[in-house]
Amino acid sequence: MAGSIALRTKRASAYRPIASTGESLLTRTILITIALATLALFLVLPLVLIFTEALKQGLGAYFAAFTTPDARSAIRLTLITALIAVPLNTVFGVAAAWAIARFEFKGKSILITLIDLPFTVSPVIAGLLFVILFGTRGWLGPWLQEHDIRIIFAVPGIIIATLFVTFPFVARELIPLMQAQGSEEELAALTLGASGFQTFWRVTLPNIKWGLIYGIILTNARAMGEFGAVSVVSGHIRGQTNTMPLHIEVLYNDYQTSASFAVASLLAFLAVLTLVVKSIVEWKNARSHAQAAREAEQGDHQ
Amino acid sequence: MSIEVRNISKTFGSFKALDNVSLTVKAGELVALLGPSGSGKTTLLRIIAGLEQADPGSGEILLNDEDVADRHVSARGVGFVFQHYALFRHMSVFENVAFGLRVKRRRERPSKAFIRQKVHDLLKLVQLDGLAGRYPHQLSGGQRQRVALARALAVEPRVLLLDEPFGALDAKVRKELRSWLRRLHDELHITSVFVTHDQDEALEVADQVVVMNRGKIEQVGTPDEVFHQPATEFVMHFLGDVNTFHGRVNQGMVQFSELELPFPENRQQIVGDARVFVRPYDVTIDTKTNGLPALEAKVVRVHSAGPLVRVELLTKANQYLTSEISQERFATMNIRPESTVYVRPRHIRVFAGREG
Repeated sequence: MAGSIALRTKRASAYRPIASTGESLLTRTILITIALATLALFLVLPLVLIFTEALKQGLGAYFAAFTTPDARSAIRLTLITALIAVPLNTVFGVAAAWAIARFEFKGKSILITLIDLPFTVSPVIAGLLFVILFGTRGWLGPWLQEHDIRIIFAVPGIIIATLFVTFPFVARELIPLMQAQGSEEELAALTLGASGFQTFWRVTLPNIKWGLIYGIILTNARAMGEFGAVSVVSGHIRGQTNTMPLHIEVLYNDYQTSASFAVASLLAFLAVLTLVVKSIVEWKNARSHAQAAREAEQGDHQ
Repeated sequence: MSIEVRNISKTFGSFKALDNVSLTVKAGELVALLGPSGSGKTTLLRIIAGLEQADPGSGEILLNDEDVADRHVSARGVGFVFQHYALFRHMSVFENVAFGLRVKRRRERPSKAFIRQKVHDLLKLVQLDGLAGRYPHQLSGGQRQRVALARALAVEPRVLLLDEPFGALDAKVRKELRSWLRRLHDELHITSVFVTHDQDEALEVADQVVVMNRGKIEQVGTPDEVFHQPATEFVMHFLGDVNTFHGRVNQGMVQFSELELPFPENRQQIVGDARVFVRPYDVTIDTKTNGLPALEAKVVRVHSAGPLVRVELLTKANQYLTSEISQERFATMNIRPESTVYVRPRHIRVFAGREG
């Protein structure tokens, strides 16, 4: 929902308290102070701390933390995992949201509950679940061993665990949005002769674009940052199955505090970057909209 | 292109939205589906368009004598205007109208210049030239409705279907748009069906009115026919105000409320209990008896603000009824509340039965 809330506030006029409906100066000061203090303590301070700790031993040590083979491997693995999990869950999420918002079928409420499952189950338990399923002593273990396929303590396990944990983001973002928009525009496209694919590409997708981008950003952030589930299935093999969050833990446990914070700062940086990208995309879209309107208007006057 | 609906039924769960409905629309006609909400009119429209499936095995839809049961919506050549317009909100007016042309297969797709010309011609037709660059949220309700119409017309549909086309508009815009739609139809002659719950709209705009109730068609006829010769009690009630009496039919005469009148022309052979209907403008008022059979009544209220004067009356048998008389006649009579008057139904319609 966050995506659509962001859009809504943009349209609404700015709220200015007026004397007759506003609170007294004292109440306002206290409430605003509490809000700002909470924000500073829980959001800004940790971010600042990460970077100060990371840079404590100078820039040289900071960059050295990324160039060790283990660090490089962890960064590569994290990127690969995100690169696979995000597109797959984008497709799954859109398909699930579309099925739920557009069709009535038996078992729909069960499907909705299932989509929420990764949110309600602790990530550690999700990890264990895959160990029980794919581990050497798991249900499918013997068969996998026979065919020489490694899932647990290997990259496939990490990707599967990440897929599981990040499954709900896109679908959860899109279902309320698509339900609110209804299917009339799509039906209109069909009556105008559009094929199913054209309808999806030209009508459905542009309408859910913002919700979708927001869902993808959340999926990506979680895919890169997931610790619990991945920790269980990875086996912590340095240079092979450690993702960035796992690598950070390893460094921290080895008393390499500033190195661990350096890698942590990279993760935090990626998080901030995704937010910046989101803002840029939103701003660009608003601008192109305005420009298209202007151009068309000029075309009319010719 | 003609439309033929044969024995179509549609059930939603346990609700019967359409019950064995058959209907023929001749090529070039403008037809209104008129009925209260839940009468099945929108369902029928959506089934013709292919947006809804009729119950399996229930009947068929023929467009130009061709069964279209297996035709996808996009291949039926049907233009559909949605009640809430369903404009593509992320596209400008121009892009909305051009959509149907741009999604055509490459072989059939017209050139960019052609599309541009066609869209501007259509926008001129719906009197929106100059607004091509606007987005739907920048338009008024009436403008959106006209964009939706232009968009539907762009692909040159063989049939135009409109779902409550003026339902979401305010009264004044509504009146303007409906006479405009009639003129547009006279210009284009495209077979059109529109759904409405407003009898004025149906009577004013349509060539043929199809009155629907509870999933069935009550009557099909010209506006004159359905208004002056309603086939059923429902049609009588739905198309305008009416006074109702309980009476008995006996030897070519109908008796009700101390009156006995000759039986009017009526298709049904009625004997025994009957219900008698009189339109308010068919109730004449006199201040004196003049020998003709009449009911004595007391004036309860007079509403004289309007083209006609509405007089509410209470008969001796304690029944309320309404009369509508011209301002001129009212001026000559000098009636006011508590006056005693003599009331005579000029024209009655009789249907069998005790309760409707």
